[in-house]
Amino acid sequence: MAKSIVIKNGRLIEPSLGLSEQLDVLVEGTSVAGIGRDLTGDTEIDASGCVVCPGLVDIHVHFREPGFESKETIATGSRAAARGGFTSVVTMPNTAPPIDNGGMVEQHNRSAREAACIKVWPAAAATKGRAGAEMTEMADLKAAGAAAVTDDGNDIESSWVLRRVLEYANMVGLTYLTHAEDHSLMEGGAMNEGYNATRLGLPGLPKAMEEIAIDRAIRLAELAGARIHICHVSTAGGVDIVRRAKERGLPVTCETAPHYWTLTDDAVERFGTNAKMNPPLRGPEDVAAIRQGLADGAIDCIATDHAPHTLTEKDVEFQSAPFGIIGLETSLALGVTGLVRDGVISMERLVELMTAAPAGGLGLAAGRLEEGGPADITVFDPEAEWTVDPNQFASKARNCPFAGMRLHGVVKATLCDGRVVHRAAEG
Amino acid sequence: MTEAEPGSRVWTRKDLVGIEDLSRSEVEMILDTAPQFLAVSHRESGIKKVPVLQGRLVVNWFYEPSTRTRTSFELAAKRLSADTLSISASTSSTQKGETLHDTLYNIEAMRSDIVVIRHGLAGAARLLAERHPSSIINAGDGYHEHPTQALLDAFTMREHVRRMREDPEATLDGIRVALVGDIAHSRVARSNVWCLTKLGAQVTVCGPSTLLPQGMDRMGCAVTTSLREAIADADVVYALRMQLERQGRCLFPSIREYVRLFRIDNETLAGAPAHAIVMHPGPINRNVELSSEVADGPRNVILEQVTNGVAVRMAVMHLLVNRPAVGVA
Repeated sequence: MAKSIVIKNGRLIEPSLGLSEQLDVLVEGTSVAGIGRDLTGDTEIDASGCVVCPGLVDIHVHFREPGFESKETIATGSRAAARGGFTSVVTMPNTAPPIDNGGMVEQHNRSAREAACIKVWPAAAATKGRAGAEMTEMADLKAAGAAAVTDDGNDIESSWVLRRVLEYANMVGLTYLTHAEDHSLMEGGAMNEGYNATRLGLPGLPKAMEEIAIDRAIRLAELAGARIHICHVSTAGGVDIVRRAKERGLPVTCETAPHYWTLTDDAVERFGTNAKMNPPLRGPEDVAAIRQGLADGAIDCIATDHAPHTLTEKDVEFQSAPFGIIGLETSLALGVTGLVRDGVISMERLVELMTAAPAGGLGLAAGRLEEGGPADITVFDPEAEWTVDPNQFASKARNCPFAGMRLHGVVKATLCDGRVVHRAAEG
Repeated sequence: MTEAEPGSRVWTRKDLVGIEDLSRSEVEMILDTAPQFLAVSHRESGIKKVPVLQGRLVVNWFYEPSTRTRTSFELAAKRLSADTLSISASTSSTQKGETLHDTLYNIEAMRSDIVVIRHGLAGAARLLAERHPSSIINAGDGYHEHPTQALLDAFTMREHVRRMREDPEATLDGIRVALVGDIAHSRVARSNVWCLTKLGAQVTVCGPSTLLPQGMDRMGCAVTTSLREAIADADVVYALRMQLERQGRCLFPSIREYVRLFRIDNETLAGAPAHAIVMHPGPINRNVELSSEVADGPRNVILEQVTNGVAVRMAVMHLLVNRPAVGVA
């Protein structure tokens, strides 16, 4: 029989149980065997000064398999996730070919079982080939184990198609994840429209691109009587539209990403293509609204939109570079540093935003730490400081605009199904 | 100026990427260096050459078609006695998938001293300047900057003001400049706004509302859609080239209507002060942004801009290459 592990002297934060106190956690096999005081086990993880919480959940990552394995793989992406404290992630289907049928979902799950050190749940495409015209066989996708449906990277341009996708996805019990973008406003845009884009001579991406699309998606979801989730909200207007929809009682959830509360479009000049993503970094008023939304619940959860690209792909003229930055290995520390230490939210709220909230939104069996449940556990020291060095990342990619930042919050250990999948070097 | 006497100023930059980066004194250093090179072009002996860059290699690397700017840079290099090499988009290996960096590594393997680059995408010059040892001169990058154009424009304006006021020390402080046309897609407009405002001029940009980019006012200029208002008290009326290929993208209804609202002709120019001069970066679309009578009229200094362009580019090349060695200054 496997040896038991006891995680001792940490502060257990379990949002679903409303716990935030010093408690030990005993792990036996793949499960949590006990939560209490003065527990003992065969081996011990000393969590003094640390937060112990459910394994973190990120419902928006790109692991690029199949098709773009030079950017990232399920193996390297999952190691990056474990290093960042994540035990469950949802991968986006904008692969080549796109994951748009049951067989590909099964194949993805098989690859994940073989290669991933954490739980990797695939989201499948909402339309065939992600082309926005014909809906996928969603009952099949669901049966094969898809966690959600999305054409992420694209919005569904036709409101007719989007309406039917929402109705059908709701029937089979899958949530549609909305990449909200009025593409007709894009016109070669490369960064947030405004002073910085004008100054740098770069075509702009107006905030209205996102706001119009969020508004449209929510109205169609209302028409369809469907639940809907909005991905990577970046604008004050977007937060406001979601907040109002919630006030009207609609089943709408949304996520934001760490870069949207950390950086403004001022960063583009300093970090070049590593500060290029879609939606783009916005202005200070948007950063303030994102923070407010995380605090007051207008924003439900944090997702990284971890979007790896090779050095070569990013080492080009700004307009030629692909959109996207990586985020799994900095997300928690950016939350601890930029949200908790800045007094925007409590540590309990941060943990909720990164565990129970994202998992609950998609109905994933994740984001909880309870007796008898899977031993998916993250231990992090919220006081410990480190300097972001992308060369140390487990991800294949280095496209990170946070290089050189001093951050608080170091993941000491990540356990997935009772197995230690990451352990920080001591010292 | 508070810092230093003109004679004691020292140029330290390796590259000229944009005017935004420069201080007023750096801009003035270039403008003050140009006259000696202008004199070279006007030598009575007819020998228009100095050995300032003898044995140096200047590479003109143009991704976009250009006659004026390219010729001007080439001539500037030749009058400084440099060897010159031209690479154009049609003969480059970009189409074969080579990256910008890789192409420059290859150029530098032939020991280039100055690389003049024109590129269709913003930021290309900076990208290269930050990594490569050659001095990079931005000859236009997308809609971003065209610094030597702004410098030659400022030089031309200053010469004009000095002649008009019969004051060889006159500056552009308080001079009013109206830039008219497609501001959104103009690197000339951006570089001119930075350059002229640094030199103390008051700049107004004017064009159709669809071609005035957001946040332009934060660059330190006034913004208007009224041509009449823009030129009412202008000392300089600067018409930008209207890119005819912008038609059909729903940015303005027709050239005909553009002409109606924004063309500089004798009629509209009657609303400007009598002493106002007319400038244009070339090439002109006759009877689009400028009427022929104005383009050929007594108030234009367009060919003077071209002449000055060679001298200003000679000054820039000289300053970049002959800057004090790193650590010595």
